[in-house]
Amino acid sequence: MSDTLLIRQDFPQLARTVYGKPLVYLDNAATSLRPHSVIARWIRSAERQTANLHRAVHRTAVEATDAYELARDAVRAFINAPEREEVIFTSGATHSINLAAFGIGEAFISAGDEIIVGEAEHHSNLVPWQMMCARKGARLVKLPVADSGELRTDLLPGLIGPQTKLVCVAHISNVLGLVNPVREVAEVCREHGVMLLVDGAQGVVHQPVDVQALGCDFYAFSGHKMYCAPGTGVLWGRRGLLEQMPPMFGGGEMIDTVRWEGSTWAPLPRKFEAGTQDISAVPCWVPAIEIQRQMAQPDDVRDYVYNALIGIPGLQLYGTTDDLSKKAPLFSFTVQGAHHEDLALILDKMGIAVRSGQMCAEPLMDRFGVTGMLRASFAPYNTMQEAEFFVSSLHKAVEMLR
Amino acid sequence: MTLKEKQDQIIDDFSMYEEWLDKYEYLIELGKALEGFPEEKKTGDRLIKGCQSRVWLDTELCDGKLFFTADSDAIITKGIISLLISVYSGRTPAEILADDFSFLDTLGLKENLSPTRANGLLSMIETIRQKAAENE
Repeated sequence: MSDTLLIRQDFPQLARTVYGKPLVYLDNAATSLRPHSVIARWIRSAERQTANLHRAVHRTAVEATDAYELARDAVRAFINAPEREEVIFTSGATHSINLAAFGIGEAFISAGDEIIVGEAEHHSNLVPWQMMCARKGARLVKLPVADSGELRTDLLPGLIGPQTKLVCVAHISNVLGLVNPVREVAEVCREHGVMLLVDGAQGVVHQPVDVQALGCDFYAFSGHKMYCAPGTGVLWGRRGLLEQMPPMFGGGEMIDTVRWEGSTWAPLPRKFEAGTQDISAVPCWVPAIEIQRQMAQPDDVRDYVYNALIGIPGLQLYGTTDDLSKKAPLFSFTVQGAHHEDLALILDKMGIAVRSGQMCAEPLMDRFGVTGMLRASFAPYNTMQEAEFFVSSLHKAVEMLR
Repeated sequence: MTLKEKQDQIIDDFSMYEEWLDKYEYLIELGKALEGFPEEKKTGDRLIKGCQSRVWLDTELCDGKLFFTADSDAIITKGIISLLISVYSGRTPAEILADDFSFLDTLGLKENLSPTRANGLLSMIETIRQKAAENE
């Protein structure tokens, strides 16, 4: 049995059918499926280790706390963060970036400052900065993408001015699927003394991530896109910066002392983890990271789909490159004479799950002059057979509509 | 043909197709056949919210009857609009308000279309009902 077929047995949802047809799940960039190991860990937490963390001395609380903190160690090692206290657990990348935007805004941003944000960003790496700019009287500056979808990093030095405090870019765009040259961006930022936040929601899924080698200051990602339980997320940040940033939420274990006159905050990471944590979901990071490391995305599936799509007459692929090693197996496109919603509906009835619409990136849709796109995103458990079935089904769907 | 008879006829037509793809083929045909909606009427106030595709609906009252014309940039949606128009256009507001729109459930269109589409469909129905209520 091939590696892919073996892996597939770990993901129970792959065995289900829709409309009496085998499910071909190609919406992994939105939410990945979960392996047995993650589901089992989740259930074990819920069945045996339900207790509040950190403060209670009883046995189940100690076990729950250990499991939670073990997950922090696993995530630290996974992204090669210098310190475990720099790993903040959140409910997802959106939460992570909002938390960062609030803290950075309060600690480092004044009226008239500038924040540079990539043109292809997911709304979750755009709207929090708009909100922060409105609060602080700062200005948002766009770092454009080329027609190919490639980030115009060449323009970055010219966009950075004396008021620029921060640059925010995705590691891999959720629409374009291109790996952005984060190291280059980080070098430019360092030269100019500007902070860099990377949205790694797609980045952690497809490649090993080393935040120290990348040279960024913040790295945010979700668990639900990389086989972990939904409602999990991480913000990694440099200790020196995180310590200066005020928390966004108050209450729970995030305090040091509380008096009527005022309160002081707990040290990292608890300062940023207000309220009762997701005690069942967070321990799932351990098996999720394990399976992410075991699975390698076969390049042949990506290369086959890429070449098949660009060969379809009237199909416009967004996010193109001569070097396919820079492309994640994530393909957004439009087809002349076939609306993305119609295509998605027809493919659904063939058993294929794809995403259609604006992909949480309305400004990018405007940039390319479209009202929406269709996106097929592959995971290592997707087979070449599925890829071929997707391409032939797409042909059929286009035919039906034209 | 009464409103109810028209609905029964559509349910009958639709039941001929067992496979979902055949039902879609049928809706696509209906969508393609729906007459041209003038470009100048594709305005913000005629746009129905809640659809992944864009839908424009125009209403006219003539001799106490409501006449609907509509368009969409997606063809399956346009097919569904065509069904709605064939049932509700040319009826009195009272006739429309007396109907519970459950024939769409019978067709399976409400539950089997994607959630965003179902929302769009509900918005469309809501708009038709609202126009009827305004003109009662």
